[in-house]
Amino acid sequence: MQMNQATSATQLALQKNKKKSNYRKYSPLLIMMVPGLLYLLINNYLPMFGIVIAFKDVNFAKGILQSDWVGFDNFEYLFKTADAYIITRNTILYNLVFIVLGTILAIACAILLNEIKNKVLLRTYQAIITMPHLISMVIVSYLVFALLSAETGFINRTILPLFGIEEGVSWYTEAKYWPVILTLVNFWKGIGYSSIVFFAALLGIDEEYYEAARLDGASRWKQILHITIPLMMPVIIMLTLLSIGRIFYSDFGLFYQVPLNSGALFETTSTIDTYVFRGLTGSGDIGMSTAAGVYQSIVGFILVLLANYLVRLYNKDNALF
Amino acid sequence: MEWFGHILLFLFSVACIIPFVLLLSASLTDQNAIVANGYSFFPHVFSTAAYEYLLARGTDIARAYGVTVFITVFGTLFGLTICTLLAYPLSRRETPHRNLVMFLIFFTLLFNGGLVPSYLVYTQLFDIKNTIWALIVPGLLTNGFYIMLMRTFFQNTIPSALIESAQLDGASEYRILWSVVTPLSTPVLATIGLFTAIMYWNDWQNGMVYITNPHYFSIQNLLQRIMQDIQFINSMGSHAGEAMQQMPSDSVKMAIAVIGSLPILLAYPFFQKYFIKGIMIGAVKG
Repeated sequence: MQMNQATSATQLALQKNKKKSNYRKYSPLLIMMVPGLLYLLINNYLPMFGIVIAFKDVNFAKGILQSDWVGFDNFEYLFKTADAYIITRNTILYNLVFIVLGTILAIACAILLNEIKNKVLLRTYQAIITMPHLISMVIVSYLVFALLSAETGFINRTILPLFGIEEGVSWYTEAKYWPVILTLVNFWKGIGYSSIVFFAALLGIDEEYYEAARLDGASRWKQILHITIPLMMPVIIMLTLLSIGRIFYSDFGLFYQVPLNSGALFETTSTIDTYVFRGLTGSGDIGMSTAAGVYQSIVGFILVLLANYLVRLYNKDNALF
Repeated sequence: MEWFGHILLFLFSVACIIPFVLLLSASLTDQNAIVANGYSFFPHVFSTAAYEYLLARGTDIARAYGVTVFITVFGTLFGLTICTLLAYPLSRRETPHRNLVMFLIFFTLLFNGGLVPSYLVYTQLFDIKNTIWALIVPGLLTNGFYIMLMRTFFQNTIPSALIESAQLDGASEYRILWSVVTPLSTPVLATIGLFTAIMYWNDWQNGMVYITNPHYFSIQNLLQRIMQDIQFINSMGSHAGEAMQQMPSDSVKMAIAVIGSLPILLAYPFFQKYFIKGIMIGAVKG
């Protein structure tokens, strides 16, 4: 009994020693991680605590930490305004269109790429359709401006007159056109990119399936319908669920730069991200804008967890965690 | 089916290129012709006046280019270094607490404090407003996914026997990372470096949030400011006559956008292979 205790004590001491020497032995590895961890602390973790600002009446004269606590007032004000409804609606509706239509178009595009047998042309198409993804939203806003400018735009000055419309449309003040415009811009910029993602999944499909189908006399269209699409389903479902997890986030550049931050268009172009930004840069209320940011972070977080849970149900290997 | 693919992909490719043609053509059109006919795909009256104008008073453009090139080069190198230093220990089984660190990195992908708290941290705690750091620091490790990508690459491609034999030869961990691991990891370093560089080159958001002094404008911020001024003057309506005179005219606007996008478009054919490969790697997870 006593001996047992003694051995376990020495074992414990040994283990402790081993742990200590482990630290000494691997301290270079630990030190290596310091810059990155410090950065994550400053860039990611400190701001997480910063969400307390949403519960304060921010007063820069008093300093952030000394500002008065106001509980849920900021949230109450936010949800009393029409803004809360508009930005939530816009963020979710745009994302739904982007997810549903965008995914369908990207898959169609990937399937078309898969049909191209000429390697040089295939590479050329791939390079050209991913090119818009390479360009910043600021440049995109210039491209859109060249098309839509009221006085000098290509559409007002060349396209509309072809149809006998000489008046021209004041695109940057008419909110009703923007759901279509922004959707088209988003597709123009993103479809090529996401089609490559799906194309990568297509490359993994075993050629034998197609050979067998050809022997059975299946047409190319039938093969796509009964082999390609079903085999891509895991990727499609996973990517869709992940984008649903991000449904509370919007592409800030698309909604801020492309409509040129035009106030007349806010009804259809304002999203949670642009609202938060405007609050921060002074054209809105900082307390409410922080509240909107927290609202986005928390609902977004819940949606990511939910989406991941659903992916897990479907296929454990595809889940993020 | 293949010809069908050719037709549609050809049309899509044209749609991707055509706005750039409009931009280029507009920048090479005489100002009066633009006023008369609007922007068009072929210059009604050819003129290089816009570029001559920019060349003549190009100091702020040259400066903005300098800023963009600096933050792209420095930010990419700095970001890659931190990323590698974090990813390598995580790829080693022996590293204490590596699961905790992995979780800390992963969690940043799921939850963030948002723009306002980040802004307050960077302006109240660290005074980086209106410094070059504002354009570099907030983007250094934006994507925790890159760290995980790199870690996976190290784990799968560097044989642990290689590291062990280097240890037996008395190499320090830093020596191993520098002389054994990085030379074998050029594909992943190049891919992440490329995407980081593109991110820095295109970034306007940090400049918009943290920079008010035109001295530190990147080319994207300069472009954005010019467009914003145009909008401001338009919104003032007819009172803007005098201010309008000093504004870049319609062709100059487009010429600036051409200059802003040209370098990356010209370089694209050389790195498009890696760009597309990078998209495909990213497709696996994330």
